[in-house]
Amino acid sequence: MIGIGHYLTVGAILFTLGVLGIFINRKNIIVILMSVELILLAVNINFVAFSVFLGDMVGQIFAMFVLTVAAGEAAIGLAILVVYFRNRGTIAVDDVRQMRG
Amino acid sequence: MIQAAVFYLFATVVVASGLMVILAKNPVHSVLWLILAFFNAAGLFLAIGAEFLAMILVIVYVGAVAVLFLFVVMMLDIDFAEMRAGFARYLPFGLLIGLVLAVELVLVAGAWAFGDLAIQARAAPAPGANAGLSNTQAIGTILYTDYVFIFQMAGMILLTAMVGAIVLTLRQRPGVKRQDVGKQNARTPANAVTITRPVVGAGVDTDVGVGSGRTGQ
Repeated sequence: MIGIGHYLTVGAILFTLGVLGIFINRKNIIVILMSVELILLAVNINFVAFSVFLGDMVGQIFAMFVLTVAAGEAAIGLAILVVYFRNRGTIAVDDVRQMRG
Repeated sequence: MIQAAVFYLFATVVVASGLMVILAKNPVHSVLWLILAFFNAAGLFLAIGAEFLAMILVIVYVGAVAVLFLFVVMMLDIDFAEMRAGFARYLPFGLLIGLVLAVELVLVAGAWAFGDLAIQARAAPAPGANAGLSNTQAIGTILYTDYVFIFQMAGMILLTAMVGAIVLTLRQRPGVKRQDVGKQNARTPANAVTITRPVVGAGVDTDVGVGSGRTGQ
């Protein structure tokens, strides 16, 4: 029988993969953004699993808001990326220090 | 039995495609793996009974966010091989942190059980299977009543994100000819046309500015 532990384990593995992706793709901000999406997906899986197994609808409502924020974050992040690429001609972000005073 | 089979199928594919997202050499492949991961996460949601969120996941993530990623990846001309530098250098450190994180998360969450207090404290108990309400109806019932202000705020966040993205990427290019309707309508014959009557053989002096009102004799 599939219990909440199974779903939480999938969420934990996905979350870890997202964090690992941020570490090993330090230069490529596109993959970093995708890793953030993976992390948010893991959080959503946890929210839905808790919501269903506790029998409380609020978890699914909140997962929807997480989805909203994730979509906005992706749009803004990619917009910043496009502007950065237009100004610099590269998206290597491991040495971004333009804003340093 | 079938529930377990469906869960393990979707869970395996979602974890494998999540791994491929971060390991793929080409970011275009990463985006495609990300789409597969979202599809299978939607399958997980379906298997657990959250149909509305599963459909929202497919529509919002696969239909909008992943396509946005795909657009940007294909639009920018990037040397992806150079991006891979430092991959091996950060790998041991990342694996260490990932291992610690995974072990901690699985230890904490793997043996979860709800206490009585949590069950008593439910804010919006889900309607049972015999209540005749679908998952979508149950979400709509509380989303538009108890959580309507938060719902509105989510809309404001999306509006802000949209305006921000447009403002960030909008570029005014100099030297592009565009139609200016106001300017066209403000133009009258008095400042647009001159009537000249040149002397035969003398031609017209082109230096005469348009709208100067000077006419030939």
